[in-house]
Amino acid sequence: MRGASLLGHFRRRYGANPLHLAAHLLVFAIAFFAIDRIASDGGLAELIALYIGFAIAHDLIFLPAYSALDRAARVALARLPARRPGPVPAINHIRAPALISGLLLIIYSPLISRKADRGYFLSGGHHIEGYLRNWLLISAVLFLGSGLVYVLRVRRAVVNGR
Amino acid sequence: MPVARSLLNPRPGPFRPDFWRSPLRGPWLTSFLGTLLVPTITVIAVTGFISHWAYHPELAGNATINPSFDIPVFFQLPQSWPSWDYAVTQGTHITLGLMTVPLVLAKLWSVIPKLFTRPIVRNLATALERLSLLLLVGSVLVEFATGILAVEYYSLPRFDFYAIHYYGAWVFGTVFVLHACVKLPTVRRAYRARGVLGPLRASLLETKPEPPGSSELAPVKPASPTISRRGLLAMVGGASLTIFAVQVGESIGGPFRRLALMAPRGRVFGTGPNDFQVNTTAASAKISQMATGSAWRLEVVGATTLSLGRQQLLAMAQATETLTISCTEGWSTTQHWTGVRLIDLARLVDAAPGAILHAVSLQREGLNRYASLTHEQYSDERALLALRVNGADLSPDHGYPARVIVSGGPGVHNTKWVCELRFEPA
Repeated sequence: MRGASLLGHFRRRYGANPLHLAAHLLVFAIAFFAIDRIASDGGLAELIALYIGFAIAHDLIFLPAYSALDRAARVALARLPARRPGPVPAINHIRAPALISGLLLIIYSPLISRKADRGYFLSGGHHIEGYLRNWLLISAVLFLGSGLVYVLRVRRAVVNGR
Repeated sequence: MPVARSLLNPRPGPFRPDFWRSPLRGPWLTSFLGTLLVPTITVIAVTGFISHWAYHPELAGNATINPSFDIPVFFQLPQSWPSWDYAVTQGTHITLGLMTVPLVLAKLWSVIPKLFTRPIVRNLATALERLSLLLLVGSVLVEFATGILAVEYYSLPRFDFYAIHYYGAWVFGTVFVLHACVKLPTVRRAYRARGVLGPLRASLLETKPEPPGSSELAPVKPASPTISRRGLLAMVGGASLTIFAVQVGESIGGPFRRLALMAPRGRVFGTGPNDFQVNTTAASAKISQMATGSAWRLEVVGATTLSLGRQQLLAMAQATETLTISCTEGWSTTQHWTGVRLIDLARLVDAAPGAILHAVSLQREGLNRYASLTHEQYSDERALLALRVNGADLSPDHGYPARVIVSGGPGVHNTKWVCELRFEPA
């Protein structure tokens, strides 16, 4: 009984069971050791700033930015003069290619922007070339393909609706 | 009194519970995205550690991380495996890593309301959880960003890539495991309530928000859906497959390389015997023509010492092997190499049984100037001191006059412009 009440007291004060506390402390100890190792040549403050900076940049800049773009696209579509509400929502035929094209732009930005040309040339002996063109081509194919699927889906919906 | 109420309302914008309106968010969606991440992150982590150990950090000069602050080597790819074993594990590490970016971003999108939940902490337990989440989000982004930048040759100022990516994996890995354990009951509740795959059966018209009381993630005031949950997952999967399509060719090589439209090593430069991918050109390694010309000698050191010129090496028994060079950056290339078996050279100088081979390059700077190979690696029949490739002399960029080429392991251990092979007792 005494043990149970002690545990209950701990749970009420701490908010979870003791294992929760032990696991968190263990993980923080490992994480701190690892962060300290990386920081040994770059500086601890810079490294912590890098970790927090990435989290903030994603949560407060990147995510709101793409949410705003999505909202703008939906508002723009809603304002289009439509004779009747479409049988197939058009928004996802913009979202899908935009999402994939945007991801490719982010992932391959050092090559598309040629910012990595120095390292690229030192390693492989050639300068960065053709990535912007390839990205534009892939994006065009994605948007055209998505548009084509949209047209086919609308046609099928119209035929089925008759 | 709307003005007064809004002035008194302590929660502006995203801090209001009804600000987040997507009808897709909820414990099921986050659980499902999290469940998909468990095997993917595990494979990426395991292949990452395999690569770290494939460097044989226990041998002199090989470690990319100070060994006195590292864990022991747990696993090595067996030497008897095909020479493309490391190409598979490292190609998987890079390709799957890139393919996981959409999934990670979708997961972060699904939990964004949590960032603005008030109160920030209810007790010490939630305070620790919050701190671990900051570490989780920060470390996943740092881990992916450093990996992506490295394979695209963009170096991060101030920080050593190996340290930040390797120890970053410790941070991310441990916090990831902790997070999975802490959230396991939540995931089980979500799956019990809706079924593991249940919500995937709903079309757009059938898509309903999860009940607002079920979690902080479910919207209080859901908007009407514009996409189904399976539609969202199809977009994420479509993005991953597109990345796969424009990337994987650089790891498979051959005719597939041309299909890798966005991969750093997705270009083909010609059909000549030496027109395959180069890692570190002779010019960037500062290899002079004088040092590699007729004055070049190879010192082979064991119990005895030999000094051999290129003509003497060419006069020895030659072997031809088809071996894959796979770079830690994920790209690979398979070529036909001709030269002297390393084990023949070891016998020639009476190398001690089980000796370690130190291959020294004319390159004076950088990680590639030096590499140590295990007895197993160089006594493999396929291990060569290559003098020729695809029937032609090695080009300066591929290591003329001679380079090491062994089966498996990171490509940088195939030391180029070799000037000394030293067999040292282990």
